[in-house]
Amino acid sequence: MSFISYFINGLSLGSVYAIIALGYTMVYGIAKMLNFAHGDVIMVGAYVSLLSMTQAGVSPMIAILISMVVCTVLGVLVEKIAYRPLRNASSSLAVLITAIGVSYLLQNIALLVFGANAQTFPSVVKWEGVALAGGKLKISGETIITIAVCIVIMILLMLFVQKTKPGQAMRAVSEDRGAAQLMGINVNSTISLTFAIGSGLAAVAGVLLCSAYPSVTPYTGAMPGIKAFVAAVFGGIGSIPGAFIGGLLLGIIEILGKAYISSQMADAIVFAVLIIVLLVKPTGLLGKKIQEKV
Amino acid sequence: MKMIKRVGSIALAAAMVVSLAACGGNSDKKESASSDTFKIGGIGPTTGDAAIYGTAVQNGAQLAVDEINEAGGINGKQIEYKFEDDQSDSEKALNAYNNLKDWGMQMLVGTVTSTPCTSVVEETQADNMFQLTPSATAENSIQYENAFRMCFSDPNQGTASADYIADNGIATKVAVIYNSSDTYSTGIYQKFAEEADAKGLEVVAAEAFTADQNKDFSVQIQKAKDAGAELVFLPIYYQEASLILAQAKKADFTPKYFGCDGMDGLLALEGFDTSLAEGVMFLTPFTADAEDEATQTFVNDYKEKFGETPIQFAADAYDCVYVIKAAAEKAGITPDMSVSDICDAVKGAMTEITYDGLTGKQITWGADGEPTKLPTVVVVEGGKYKVLEEN
Repeated sequence: MSFISYFINGLSLGSVYAIIALGYTMVYGIAKMLNFAHGDVIMVGAYVSLLSMTQAGVSPMIAILISMVVCTVLGVLVEKIAYRPLRNASSSLAVLITAIGVSYLLQNIALLVFGANAQTFPSVVKWEGVALAGGKLKISGETIITIAVCIVIMILLMLFVQKTKPGQAMRAVSEDRGAAQLMGINVNSTISLTFAIGSGLAAVAGVLLCSAYPSVTPYTGAMPGIKAFVAAVFGGIGSIPGAFIGGLLLGIIEILGKAYISSQMADAIVFAVLIIVLLVKPTGLLGKKIQEKV
Repeated sequence: MKMIKRVGSIALAAAMVVSLAACGGNSDKKESASSDTFKIGGIGPTTGDAAIYGTAVQNGAQLAVDEINEAGGINGKQIEYKFEDDQSDSEKALNAYNNLKDWGMQMLVGTVTSTPCTSVVEETQADNMFQLTPSATAENSIQYENAFRMCFSDPNQGTASADYIADNGIATKVAVIYNSSDTYSTGIYQKFAEEADAKGLEVVAAEAFTADQNKDFSVQIQKAKDAGAELVFLPIYYQEASLILAQAKKADFTPKYFGCDGMDGLLALEGFDTSLAEGVMFLTPFTADAEDEATQTFVNDYKEKFGETPIQFAADAYDCVYVIKAAAEKAGITPDMSVSDICDAVKGAMTEITYDGLTGKQITWGADGEPTKLPTVVVVEGGKYKVLEEN
């Protein structure tokens, strides 16, 4: 019974990682850059929804929408101001370093504005959850909603990328930016759109993360951001289903490792699994397929 | 060419000697200028995860300093007091210490949290500066002769917690959730486990987490629940404890909770649902609800000055300044003495004084720097702390 409980908790944690990893992987697939500031966009999303709920007193749904809008704008602006001028720089390291800089910038702005004190995040899920097997197995509302939201996002994103014109443009840019431009695709706006979607998803992830673990600090996004990056690499960076599977697996491995091996070594186990996967399959679990496509 | 080089190096050396002498001259001047007041420094987190503690210490000490100055100072000399933020980080604490030394600090009240204190004590030992920490509980936070503490050490808290739980029959099956990356938490846990064993308590689950893993406690909670724990012992800080309380409730796990002084501050946490903390017990040397006159005067003055109810860290710091006063008067020190002479005199006097304060009566210190006093246990009732009478 506890195994099922651990498994579901892992699935829920993994869902959050997966949503964040989607942002990493889409940006990498299309702009060929690692946006290390992605984790901190989560933190901004969490703070914006926290303030909307506690200061402006709006309902949780509206708060999530507000934070999605703010994060989307933030993501697009960061891309425009910090990354676009460097897109054709001689070294791909330049944009990577800039991303790390943006990450610190966001953390320190949050530190200035909100202070370093942790703030308690009110739960956006009012539902108590379900108790199965005579109360032995309790699944909280947050857990179920998190998993459900992750699956819905995944399906919508797949449909968007496969079936719509902008989605087709994204795939084209990801395969060959130069050729896509020659075919009349606006590369700049396609990349902007990618950042917008990724950052909007980050806002959702922020709210889900902070609902499940109710506290927000300026560093809230840092560790989940790194874990999600690992999840994206794990699943094969650039691949959307890869990020999804990588995120879920990472969450499950982390929780089960904590439960059955050692609660202190959870991170070590996660990273050890990553190393093994990369040794056996250097492109990640689903990375191969993408490479053939390119 | 050679000649020129040599002349050049002599000139350089001369210049260095002159500038060194100038330095010496300056610092002499600085000391004599400030020799009319005692300079007491403080270090602790006024921002960051443990900000509630640092701010309380800063304010509590300030209150005592103002009172003492108004009443005529120490040995007729006024006190100057300066507090620096360390964000509960060792490196920042060392920077803060160096800043305070530049300012001319003669005695240190600090640091507030254990890990930074353990680094700073290395420096105060090297400088032979008297150090009295209000609240750093790790054993080696005061491992040298120049350092003392106002609060219980970790081993003492662990032992006292196990004794209290066993002697009052609160529970027999106990789970522990502790932070293995924190000396405070592991220190208490180890002594607790030893004493629990000796007292016949059964530790059914001992689950650790680390600073990087301090958000998701579902596994630790599930294990404690499966093991049938009646009580969860939390030798951790209030921030993580608040997350554990919230997540345990979601998992329908409602044991009793027992913590140490790190739990103080739980009810003051921004946005925290205080109903979650109902029934939580913890060891603390001070509670603002105590009825005695000294406590009530302190609480009222503190509220008036800083607009909030003081927590034990404020009381510890307040006591620290008065203890320094008592020891300084016993030793008969004056502000024009060197840092090292002050330290030698005060540390001798510390073992001779008996102090009645907010955080204990008849407190005495051994040469190892540890205080001897009785613990108090409080329980959260109706969103307030209430003292539990010992049976």
